[in-house]
Amino acid sequence: MPVVLLRSPLRDLAGGNRSIELPGATVGQVLRALEASWPKTTGWVLDERGVIRRHVNVFLNGERASADAPVAKGDRMHVLASITGGSR
Amino acid sequence: MRELLVGTKKGLFVLRGETPGAFEIVTRTFEGSVVEYAMRDPRSGRYFASVTSGFFGPRLMWTEDPAGEWEHADTLAMPHDTDTTLERIWVVRTGEAPGQLWAGVDPAALFESRDGGGTWELNRGLWDQPSRPDWSPGNGGLCLHSISTWPGDPLRLSLGISAVGTWHTDDGGRTWTRGTKGLIPRYMPEELRETSMDLCVHNLWRPPSMPERLFLQFHGGVYRSDDGGSTWIDISAGLPSDFGFPIVGDPADPDRAFVIPMNADVDRITVGGRLRVYETRDAGASWAARSAGLPERDAYLTVLREAFDRDGEGDTMGLWFGATSGEVFGSVDAGGSWFTVAPRLAPVTSVRVA
Repeated sequence: MPVVLLRSPLRDLAGGNRSIELPGATVGQVLRALEASWPKTTGWVLDERGVIRRHVNVFLNGERASADAPVAKGDRMHVLASITGGSR
Repeated sequence: MRELLVGTKKGLFVLRGETPGAFEIVTRTFEGSVVEYAMRDPRSGRYFASVTSGFFGPRLMWTEDPAGEWEHADTLAMPHDTDTTLERIWVVRTGEAPGQLWAGVDPAALFESRDGGGTWELNRGLWDQPSRPDWSPGNGGLCLHSISTWPGDPLRLSLGISAVGTWHTDDGGRTWTRGTKGLIPRYMPEELRETSMDLCVHNLWRPPSMPERLFLQFHGGVYRSDDGGSTWIDISAGLPSDFGFPIVGDPADPDRAFVIPMNADVDRITVGGRLRVYETRDAGASWAARSAGLPERDAYLTVLREAFDRDGEGDTMGLWFGATSGEVFGSVDAGGSWFTVAPRLAPVTSVRVA
């Protein structure tokens, strides 16, 4: 399974876990699995349509990835707040 | 002892204090997020906060104790078939039925809870309006920001939407009618003013003792309706400017309302560098400044639509407002005199008496 790497505040919503192995064949499926395992993360990364929020970046093995990007066993997914989201 | 919930661009501040005088900050929470709006349902004691993270989107949170853990009301979300997403939760209002609450959101949608805010459902009657494809947003988005209940009748409700006018139901939200006759959008070309959909309502106040009456702060104009919001008359004469955001009133007197004028839509700041609340006691026939204790000069403030609230009624009514400068002001004699509640918070988005 791919490994999802989290920082605060997502880490806090996921039971304090820095890294979590989660099932899924795409980035979006893995993020939905994150919501299923840790319901407090629901809506934080994906919006109602399943789109990654504009000011959240997902990096898959070091490359920025969209929700439909395929993932494989051992892949590393960093989920990070973008530098663009804090203007308000 | 009073408790104020002050939403700001940098979290929720819970203030408590005796009046008149400065209040103490007893809690700050949701640090780093915009708290667009916060209120307490006096029936259940639950607190609600609309929280928008610049990174992680909007959500409605609730708790029994604002200093404790908050829960996410995750059913307040756009259903999949709408193919859209919440941009912002503008307002939460208690309904007239037990356990009923209403929430207004961007994109111009209304949600209802019948279990005290635990679960929420989209109002389909408003969402499926045939004219929706023609609805246009105001500067703040396509926002449903004003919800006025009809005292004692849970089937009747009025809404204000920027920029789509006022909407009214008398069957609990199954059907809606639009009430805009008399509203003049001076920001549109003259030839389009009669027919334009783009009617930028800023706020509504319904006096509970005369519920067929509504006061309305418009995007250029203060109006009154005496027929439940179908037709409107301009009552701006006597104000230094007819632009502003909030409007509140006195439950004991249906002729009494308060506004905070700002220069104009292109300069949304207090008129002449003076912070003045204006009061009418004759349903808008005349207005008088109520500013004793407020800054008289060098005061260039913006007061947003949810940042003005009241408690009590009559001449001992409390009035409370905050500005984007971070100041919060209060009065406990219906605007006769004012004091500073908090001098230096983050930019204020909402003020509600808990």
